[in-house]
Amino acid sequence: MTPDPIDLRIVEATQAGLPLVARPYHAIAERLGLAPDDVMARMARMQDLGAIRRIGAVPNHYRLGWRANGMTVWDVDDARVDALGERIGRLPFVSHCYLRPRRPPSWTYNLFAMVHGRDRAEATRQADLIRAELADACRAGEVLFSTMILKKTGLRIASAAAE
Amino acid sequence: MIDDIDRAIINGLQGGFPICERPFAEAAARLALDEDELIGRLARLRADGVLTRFGPLFKPEALGGIAVLAAMAVPAERFDAVAATVNAFPEVAHNYAREHALNMWFVVAADSPEGAERALERIAEATGLEVLALPKTREYFLDLRIEA
Repeated sequence: MTPDPIDLRIVEATQAGLPLVARPYHAIAERLGLAPDDVMARMARMQDLGAIRRIGAVPNHYRLGWRANGMTVWDVDDARVDALGERIGRLPFVSHCYLRPRRPPSWTYNLFAMVHGRDRAEATRQADLIRAELADACRAGEVLFSTMILKKTGLRIASAAAE
Repeated sequence: MIDDIDRAIINGLQGGFPICERPFAEAAARLALDEDELIGRLARLRADGVLTRFGPLFKPEALGGIAVLAAMAVPAERFDAVAATVNAFPEVAHNYAREHALNMWFVVAADSPEGAERALERIAEATGLEVLALPKTREYFLDLRIEA
């Protein structure tokens, strides 16, 4: 979709969260000087078109006990990576799965899959299952565990886009 | 600590929040709660940091924006200072320390590929370190829902 400036103002006003009041869309509309029906129609449209992935609670993994968050990375045969990426993405413990460019010599992995376990042993077992699924299409892999969240504000794109 | 009702809210409300005049009333009815209790519990979960936020999750690419993953190998003795420098960029949406030679991984969000590239160049200049840009070529799957 091509968002117009009013869509982008709505994005900017809601990306840090909805107001926790009985009529949140009305509160946003009032803040922006728009009609509530217009705000709701635009948000529904953005959701239909995939610009809003979902609306709801965004939990903190760590606070819910998912302490071992591993970025598994794999060097997978380019000819087979699309089919395998789709399969890895469907594993229940994978939260995102992306294809990215290799940057040799310092970075030789093209497939990324995030896994989440209650401890490192669980996350390592999940990585082993991915490795087994990739089988002979995979030349090498690693798990990069996060040790600290240095910053997490969510994506703030509209402030730049709306200028 | 979270109780069973909190857990039901977190598990049941990571998506599908309605767009209507009284969405909390509608969502609360699905969870057999009343509107005020749901709003109160969400406010507490957010204040306690169990939720990082409550609201829409946008896909930057669908709004003409872009998010680029980048990695740097930061010398241990400079790690905190470099983290502060990187985090000060408003384009940096998240930043994680990871166990690897490439030990700092962050996401830069901008309104255009050029904007992201400029931010990455400025980060390289400000830190004096090489920034490895790893934009996604394809998304196979994304669902950040997690179980409480």
